[in-house]
Amino acid sequence: MEIVAATLILLGIVFFFGAVIGLLRFPDFFTRMHAAGKGDTLSTVLIIGGFILYNFSQGGDAANWNVLVKLCFIAIFIMLTSPTSTHALMKAGYESGNDPETLDDEEPEEKEGNAS
Amino acid sequence: MENFFIITGVLLLLLMLPVFFRVVVGPTAIDRIVGINVLGTKTTVLLVFIGTIIQRGENGGSQIHMFVDFALAYALLNFIGSLVVSRYFHKTRNRLAGSDNSTEKIEA
Repeated sequence: MEIVAATLILLGIVFFFGAVIGLLRFPDFFTRMHAAGKGDTLSTVLIIGGFILYNFSQGGDAANWNVLVKLCFIAIFIMLTSPTSTHALMKAGYESGNDPETLDDEEPEEKEGNAS
Repeated sequence: MENFFIITGVLLLLLMLPVFFRVVVGPTAIDRIVGINVLGTKTTVLLVFIGTIIQRGENGGSQIHMFVDFALAYALLNFIGSLVVSRYFHKTRNRLAGSDNSTEKIEA
């Protein structure tokens, strides 16, 4: 059981690594939001799930069950609220005038480079 | 198993530093808010790590039953904060758009 918990935590850190890479290297606000929203939610749920399994394998007195239920609440809550806040921030970013970066944005620069 | 938790917690903290870089140099304000949102979610996870690692008291048990409450409260506050900021940007943009429409009507 502890090996499964450790594997889940390591998987969560790998997914968070992907989210960080996407957050640093994507060119646009919307693509950054895409990487951050998905990778962040999945890695958090995986790590909290690993902790749930670890606490479950530690034996079951009353305090431990209390901790288990609260960890389940955190996982469910983050699974509900992180996509919601991502959606709200994405809508706010779109409404505040950020246009997504397309191929048309790069073509005039290339033409100018060819002309000069 | 405790060494594993310490190593993975430090790894998570080191991975949070590039996100902080995005918060500092982000081109638009929404980029910074996204970075703060990610940092807040990871702080929730890091509090659970800290509660598992820290041992205190006579029996030497872990303090996770206390830190898991902190993590739950922090997740709630993070959600409320990001929603408030997104509503703020939404409303300012709508107000600007309304003023633009009114000027166009006046010109027409």
